[in-house]
Amino acid sequence: MTTELFIQYLLAGITYGSIYAIVAIGFNIIYNTTGIINFAQGEFVMFGGMIAISLLQFMPLPLAILLAVVLTMLIGALIEICFIRWLKSPSVLRMIIITIGISILSREVAVHVWGESIRSLPYFVGNEITSIPILGARISPQVLWVVAVSGLMVVCLGVFFKTTSVGREMRACASNRKAATLCGINAENMVTLSFVLSAGIGALAGCVMSPITYSQYDMGTGLAIKGFTVAILGGLGSSGGAVAAGLLLGIIEAFSVSVVPLAFQDAISISILLIILFVRPQGLFGSKEAAGLKEF
Amino acid sequence: MAFLEIKQLHKRFGGLHAVKDVSFQVEPGQIKAVIGPNGAGKTTLFNMISGTFPATSGSVTFQGRELLGKKPFQVATLGMARTYQNIKMFSGMTALENVMVGRHVQSNAGFLASMFRMPRTWKEERDIRDKSMELLGLLEIEEHAHIDAASLAFGQQRAVELARALAMEPTLLLLDEPAAGLNIYETAEVGRLITKIRDLGITVLLVEHDMSLVMDISDEIVVLCFGEKIAEDVPTAIQQDPEVIKIYLGEE
Amino acid sequence: MKKLLSILPLLAVVIGVHLLTSATDTMYYLTQMTMSAYYSLLIIGLCVLMGYAGQISLGHAGFFAIGGYLSAALTTRSLIPYQGTTLVSLLDSAGLLLSGHDLYGEALLVVTPWAACIIAVLTAACIAVVIGIPVLKLKGHYLAMATLGFGIIIYRLALAMEYFGEADGISEVPAFVLLPGVSVSGNFSDRVQNYYIAWVLLLIGMVLLLNLIDSRVGRALRGIHGSDEAADAMGVNTARFKLQTFVLSAVFAAIAGVFLTHYNGGIGPSEAGVMKSVRYVAIVAVGGMAHLWGALLMGIVLNFLSLRGIFGSYDDAVFGLILIVIMLFAPNGILSINVRHRLRQLLGRGKQDRAGEV
Repeated sequence: MTTELFIQYLLAGITYGSIYAIVAIGFNIIYNTTGIINFAQGEFVMFGGMIAISLLQFMPLPLAILLAVVLTMLIGALIEICFIRWLKSPSVLRMIIITIGISILSREVAVHVWGESIRSLPYFVGNEITSIPILGARISPQVLWVVAVSGLMVVCLGVFFKTTSVGREMRACASNRKAATLCGINAENMVTLSFVLSAGIGALAGCVMSPITYSQYDMGTGLAIKGFTVAILGGLGSSGGAVAAGLLLGIIEAFSVSVVPLAFQDAISISILLIILFVRPQGLFGSKEAAGLKEF
Repeated sequence: MAFLEIKQLHKRFGGLHAVKDVSFQVEPGQIKAVIGPNGAGKTTLFNMISGTFPATSGSVTFQGRELLGKKPFQVATLGMARTYQNIKMFSGMTALENVMVGRHVQSNAGFLASMFRMPRTWKEERDIRDKSMELLGLLEIEEHAHIDAASLAFGQQRAVELARALAMEPTLLLLDEPAAGLNIYETAEVGRLITKIRDLGITVLLVEHDMSLVMDISDEIVVLCFGEKIAEDVPTAIQQDPEVIKIYLGEE
Repeated sequence: MKKLLSILPLLAVVIGVHLLTSATDTMYYLTQMTMSAYYSLLIIGLCVLMGYAGQISLGHAGFFAIGGYLSAALTTRSLIPYQGTTLVSLLDSAGLLLSGHDLYGEALLVVTPWAACIIAVLTAACIAVVIGIPVLKLKGHYLAMATLGFGIIIYRLALAMEYFGEADGISEVPAFVLLPGVSVSGNFSDRVQNYYIAWVLLLIGMVLLLNLIDSRVGRALRGIHGSDEAADAMGVNTARFKLQTFVLSAVFAAIAGVFLTHYNGGIGPSEAGVMKSVRYVAIVAVGGMAHLWGALLMGIVLNFLSLRGIFGSYDDAVFGLILIVIMLFAPNGILSINVRHRLRQLLGRGKQDRAGEV
């Protein structure tokens, strides 16, 4: 393998890896406040991309993306208010089935609104043949957009959770919902907020990735399962772990293309998921005791 | 060789030593009680004996066999039954069916035999049902046999749980706070039932909070405090023990 | 014996439907009734796994596909290129191979349907054991994701492997001659016969499962669902029972796959898709999870409506909606809403029916 090819694969891996990391962080935000794994997480990404593509006919790209993110956040809030908020201590099995139902319904709405065709946003800068040289390899500037936006999101979320009072309240709910409620925090609103936040970051990821990976109504399931793999790999609930694990999975996938046919690629990342679940369900970086404390 | 022998049993959760090198023995036909204030490590001790979670070190031998490292279902097959402080009924099943599950270790129809209703399962099934009804009768709750167990009153659920444990025909019965959540009359009733069970030839080891119950029915008492055994004797002696009094009534 | 009696009214309904359709000249309904019966066979198996043993599986379409694809491939893919190998000659000497000609007159050497069926079902069972041992140690979300992952892997393999026809699937699967004169096939003339084959198979499956639920094993399973820890302390080897139930439901799914594939004369990758698995879970949920009769009834009704194309292009949306609505408003299944009592009597009642905790 030449150095250029190596860097090419590496960058492709980082691109996909950052998307996976964002989806995983979306899982984590909701998981932390509710203990639910939202199987419809991938659909947020799909909605972001699809809505932005539709809006692009009426307005410039930045505005379309902004509006798409806001609309998806509204969808997130709506989902939480309609389907989750009023359930009193539902069982895990029930929640799993409800979020799966939401995921299917979202996909069906998408296929009836946008059809089965594959669409994409235009490149933010230049077009598909624009490239910039990095260490001898040539990459699309969109890759930089993906990596930069993902990185920025991780940093902003970190700052949000650490420094703002709302962020701190969300973390309080995450560590002990009952105690947080007793301290006067409105836990229900925090759950809605967590859906809004994870819908928002999912939608933004859906927009920046759209020029490279395209958007289609059924992209959600694949993303969700890879995002979940990453979330587990990084230790459920940990953002830092998600970033590291996302990049790891992205890079493994990118390099696996040179060894196994593309058609088997998904099977590989899912096998990784299964192996991790069997061997280290607490993730690569999580401790066994911490995982044991989480309720499943 | 003792019937049940607990030797140097130790359990650590992170930095917390929940049970510290506890040793004692249970003789056959005894009612032996483990008492102690909240957080003394009583339930932890029980969970280690029944295999719910592993001990950090030490040993538990039951009729000469080492129990540590065995899973709960393996311990159950050796003839040890247990109940729980917060009753664990099989919800969605009737009281009778709950007790019938207790016959599991005393029967052996497998998947295929059950699906095809092999003739050899007929008698077994009838025996399971008869024996379970009989036990509900022994515990005086046979009129509730066909009611969803989870909808029974708390005291009745206790009785169903006892019947379920007895259905296993155990030689040793572990009772985790059998009087928890009961009023004084019900407590006395449970005490009577426990003596009745002992008279069937079943050795009883119980963990209890309620002093009156323990003093009435036990043959011997072990007192735990912060994971350590501080006394072991007959009830009358325990009542006189200055150390025990200090723990229960506070220091002078 | 009582179990058999409770099945009799259903048998009467089956015959009644046949007579009704032949009287009203709507025999074409029997085709969808046959297919619904096969899908329901999978669904009652899944019902025992989910409702009674309490383990969710989002990968059961995978087992259906293993059964269907393997028997399709073995009975259509010619072994002539491998004729010299020991395995093929071994099969040949055991009388498990058939030679014939394909549509274009080329010589064919394929495995007999009976042998293919047994190989397919055994393979599904083995895969269920291998997957089940680690997977069933997981709980909740982990279990759901792991089984979903398994389903997707099977789907991807079916799509990616030339042997399984990639996106086109396998077609021209021959008839499955069960006995001389009795065969599973899509032939127009065999329609009534196939209707009865499917329903007898389903009824047998139902009797076996009803027996199972009301037995030592069934009580242990329900005990596991009620309280894992207490069942364990009663001496129930929970891990083994969960695994055996998983394998049992996989076998039911694989048998359904084998028969339906021979009936349809082919199978495509959509049968292995995630949507199919989710649909099966939805039907079990609507039926009330721990409710075999509910699962059977809903399996027939919903599959029949779906196969008739009632839901049009909203087919998947309907099942998604069903899942949400049922889980939000009636987590014990729609039969738990007072009509259940009457339906139970209608269906010859069974005291083994129980609304389980979801």
